[in-house]
Amino acid sequence: MTFIQKTNRYLVKILKYFSLILATLIAFIPIVSCINTAMKSKEEYISTTIMELPSKLNFSNFYDAWERANMGRAFMNTSIVLAFVLTGSILIGSMLAYVLSRFVFHGNGFIRLLFLVAALLPGVAMQVPTYKIMVSLGLINSLPGYILVMMGTDVISIYIFIQFFENIPISLDESAIMDGCTYFGVFFRILFPLLKPAIITCMILKGVATYNEYYMAHLYLQRKSLVTVATSLYTFTGPLGNQYNMICAGVLISILPAFLIFVFCQKQIYSGLTSGAVKG
Amino acid sequence: MNVLAQKNMKKKKSFREWIKTRKGQQAIIIITFTFIPLLLLFTFTYLPFGKMVEFSFFRMKYTGPRNFIGFKNYLDIFTREDTLNALKLSVYYLIGAIVQLVAALYFATMLSFKTRGGNFFKGAIFFPYLISGIAIGFIFKFFYTRGFVLDSVLQLLGFELENLPYWLKNTAINNWSLVFSSVWRYMGQNMVLFIGAIMSVDVEQYEAAKLDGANKMQQFKYIILPSIKTIVLLNLILAVTGSLSAFEPPYVITKGSNGTATYFVLMDQLAHEGVQKVGLASAMAVVLLFIILIITGFQKMGFKILFNEGDADNGKCKKTLIKSFTKGGK
Repeated sequence: MTFIQKTNRYLVKILKYFSLILATLIAFIPIVSCINTAMKSKEEYISTTIMELPSKLNFSNFYDAWERANMGRAFMNTSIVLAFVLTGSILIGSMLAYVLSRFVFHGNGFIRLLFLVAALLPGVAMQVPTYKIMVSLGLINSLPGYILVMMGTDVISIYIFIQFFENIPISLDESAIMDGCTYFGVFFRILFPLLKPAIITCMILKGVATYNEYYMAHLYLQRKSLVTVATSLYTFTGPLGNQYNMICAGVLISILPAFLIFVFCQKQIYSGLTSGAVKG
Repeated sequence: MNVLAQKNMKKKKSFREWIKTRKGQQAIIIITFTFIPLLLLFTFTYLPFGKMVEFSFFRMKYTGPRNFIGFKNYLDIFTREDTLNALKLSVYYLIGAIVQLVAALYFATMLSFKTRGGNFFKGAIFFPYLISGIAIGFIFKFFYTRGFVLDSVLQLLGFELENLPYWLKNTAINNWSLVFSSVWRYMGQNMVLFIGAIMSVDVEQYEAAKLDGANKMQQFKYIILPSIKTIVLLNLILAVTGSLSAFEPPYVITKGSNGTATYFVLMDQLAHEGVQKVGLASAMAVVLLFIILIITGFQKMGFKILFNEGDADNGKCKKTLIKSFTKGGK
């Protein structure tokens, strides 16, 4: 190897690690400065600059934010929503995907098209008429109403399941039928247990999306007792808007569950995203 | 299903007998398994969509009387200054999205070669994607406040505070500030998608290229890029439609003030604030939907021309498109 090639190789390496460290810093700085500020007492927050470290770790902001934003309630509501939305989406998605991928019938293509076009309709834009419909169904300020909307606008899981079914050989269904299994039996006893990887993917993607959803929650769950983790952060707008020591603490509390899931299920999250999109 | 039923009736079988046949069993499972999804889809997607189109021809509020005004709302969209300006803002988000794609492609390539601490870097760059839009709003309000995070960092680098702009108020820069928060959030997600695509390339190809003496640049150009061009192009199309429907950064960070109201933010404001121009907001949504459908159509054609791909692959693209559309908490 010549000298020039060697230096070139080193330059490339330096550039590579430099850019990676820079990107990591950019990703971290907004969050780390939030953590730093959340640890400061009120007096310290006013008297020190953003860059200064707190003199001692102080967790009172987390307590205050938790109380002010009613986060205990919020976590309870979000857990209820997550449990129902995930169960519902997985059942609905897998059942529909089973029918669409296994049976040839009039309307199969049409149903697929309906869901395809639905995905193209801009969600935020549709909230004006959806709100009116929710009012007339009496579903404003009700957790079941919000859960229904979240399930009704779900297309991701259907496609993940369709894709997964296409990789399960149909001969499996046929031999079960030969053995006298009904179609319901085939689905619930034979195929559903095989769907585990797809279900995990769905739970992660849909779970993160549901946990973070705030626009519809803000619109349809206006009563204070129906606050979710995401909408609880709205507490910090208005008069509390400049108490960043408490705001940062609240934001960090809301991020923590996502962070823990990320730490423990990193691999599944990555493969869920890629299997959802790349192989599509 | 009805057709099936009729056919079987013609055979003069009783309903009870027919239900026991395989066809009958199929019909039952098809009906039971599609009924609820279709009902939900109809109630929360197509019914509102129909209503939206209907509303767009009226001057109306959420409640109270309404007047039919024909295409007036649609004409307004293309003559009102605020709507046209809002559409122009999409260019900022489009440029941001392209920068984001290039950066994501760069880091994905870097990380798909052996890298010390590769998993750490990947995780660090990806993590912002898992934070909710509203939390990101607060983080960046804090980040951009005068004398706070960004200003402090820049002061460390030798800038004077007096020379720094107000990141969220100065109309020369505030849209870029918002675009940056969006790039910060989604770049890692793009990167992970690209890494996935690069990893699906046959390892033998790299080995062969290495043996042939190809350097990393050549490996990128001749092996990596061709194998991921589909997903890159797809993401480009998504960048266009995504920037037209940019919503979250201005909605949660600036509330659309100081000239940052994108098309959707403006629509949200028109519908909910002041005189509640529900009709106009609906018309805006219909127009944007048409633009998105047209672009999607072009994408389909573009793929056919560029890659001469069959229907199977187009299906893939569509599905990917759907997923990317539904992400991002719109």
